[in-house]
Amino acid sequence: MRFIFKTRYEQDIELFQHGGQVFWYGLLMAVLLVAPLFVSAYVLTQLSQACIYAIVALGLMLLAGFTGQLSLGHAAFMAVGAYTQGVLVTAGVPFFVGIAAAALFAAVVGIIVGLPALRVKGLYLGIATLAFGTIIEEIIARAEHVTGGNAGLMVPPVSLFGWRFADGPSFYYLCLAFALAATLIVINLLRSPTGRAFVAIRDSEISAQSMGVNLAFYKTLSFAISAAFAGVAGALYAHNIRFLSPDQFTVVQSIELVMMVVIGGLGSVHGAIYGAAFLIALPQVINAAKPMLPTFLAEATGLQPTVFGAVLILVVLFEPLGIYGAWLKTRAYFDLFPFYRKGMFRRQKAFQKSDRLK
Amino acid sequence: MSAPFFQADSIAVQFGGLKAVDGVSFTVDKGEVFTIIGPNGAGKTTVFNIISRIYNPTAGRVMLEGVEITKLPAHRVAGLGIARTFQNIELFEHATVLQNLLIGAHVHRTTTPLAEALFLPSVKRAEVALREKVEEVIDLLDLAVHRDAMVAGLPYGARKVVELGRALCTRPKLLLLDEPSSGLNVEETEDMAFWIEDITRDLGITVVMVEHDMTLVSRVSDRVMAMNQGRVLAMGSPSEVQHHPAVVEAYIGTPAAAEAVAERAAS
Repeated sequence: MRFIFKTRYEQDIELFQHGGQVFWYGLLMAVLLVAPLFVSAYVLTQLSQACIYAIVALGLMLLAGFTGQLSLGHAAFMAVGAYTQGVLVTAGVPFFVGIAAAALFAAVVGIIVGLPALRVKGLYLGIATLAFGTIIEEIIARAEHVTGGNAGLMVPPVSLFGWRFADGPSFYYLCLAFALAATLIVINLLRSPTGRAFVAIRDSEISAQSMGVNLAFYKTLSFAISAAFAGVAGALYAHNIRFLSPDQFTVVQSIELVMMVVIGGLGSVHGAIYGAAFLIALPQVINAAKPMLPTFLAEATGLQPTVFGAVLILVVLFEPLGIYGAWLKTRAYFDLFPFYRKGMFRRQKAFQKSDRLK
Repeated sequence: MSAPFFQADSIAVQFGGLKAVDGVSFTVDKGEVFTIIGPNGAGKTTVFNIISRIYNPTAGRVMLEGVEITKLPAHRVAGLGIARTFQNIELFEHATVLQNLLIGAHVHRTTTPLAEALFLPSVKRAEVALREKVEEVIDLLDLAVHRDAMVAGLPYGARKVVELGRALCTRPKLLLLDEPSSGLNVEETEDMAFWIEDITRDLGITVVMVEHDMTLVSRVSDRVMAMNQGRVLAMGSPSEVQHHPAVVEAYIGTPAAAEAVAERAAS
């Protein structure tokens, strides 16, 4: 077990609290950097996809996990980013200008979609965002002369300064860089007044307001940042898949994104990353398991959504803090061995339950 | 005549047919402890909610240092120097004590979200400065033991103190305390009384509080206002108000009514 002796206030706001963190995150970074040398092209594409989903998850975590605003329209923000990038890059606009436009445009849409959040909460907000998401999906399908409608839109590979980022490793590094930047932005916000204002809104709007937090401004800001992240991820997604059609960004997609942050662990940055990794890894695991299953199960349609749903139910019932919560408990078990008790986390859980009844 | 430090001028609020507060006026001088007492449902907390702009008054106005605050949005009130606590503790449950106090200091932030996203050196300096101020409050209220604990896991008494601390972190001129001693044991109430005295004498903060514990009220208050059914019954020193016939009647009824009850019980 590690005890940190703090002697300066700076220690509370530093990125790494102790040497152990530097070592483990450094190791993770090193593994991610050398990964292209050891894995197949297919796995590398999946890793790029995981980075892309991590960006969406970070944005959604900021909104749902830290500001407490439910959004069932995040696939639509991804769509806005993806199509903006697709259309602009096809028209010859440089990659970074396109991605900036994708982020900006998604943020503007996010602000509009976030307007109901100023009046409604919880499930009602979810339904309002769901409706907006459907509207955006429909607009994309109808605006055929720009988006290609249901026939789809081909997206050229990334080219930067005349250098093509088409093949696996270079595109993977690009996605990794964006995911890393997104993580840093979220962590930075969370350790400064803006992030604390978000948390304040999540936990008690009435006292946040009494402490001088402008609810309208910060809720809108949270929606804008979250949508911009989804927009950037959408733009990278467009380059990764190279083909866009409205049915890639349906309501089901949005729900999957919410499931990702819930399973990862609401209210933690780690949770966003775990959730993204889970979302990408699960279909692979299911595919790998298929040969071992009886035929009627292996060939059943909807196997993946069923497993997803089952995992979600189990997580909500037994581990409300998701994968990250499970990890914290495992770590506490080994830290405190042999003194870990089953009820150690219970007190907090009891409070959360009473919160839910409110 | 100069404007009083704080003034509520015939404020009223009505929910449907119920007049929760009905033409209440009072002034508070700088540096005093002003207490509002009254039976349940008298409208004490409603007065607080009007001052902190959670409710819109149907009539009347509220002024702080000659500036009218009745038209301002709720989040601007803290910036003008009015902080409050809540009767049923409204803390940020899933954040640490330190984070709660830092949110209290929100009005003193100097950085923009963009600079914060990049965590520029200026943001780091501002953060450290903010934390130094917050640590002063932690020292004052002896909160160092709970500093990094989640609020959700804290006992009731400690939460009450954290809420007081959070209000102090806004560096207010006027502090509204809604039942600071409710749910506290004798020792914790004693501590609370010391802190209220410290806050007024050492930090020069004016305190308006709603309180039921008359021992605490008599000990710390300079003036007391008694309310019942949305109206002011009496105002004056703690002992004057406590012995005012209208106040006695509101709490325990008239001698005639008591006799009537006794007679009915006897027959």
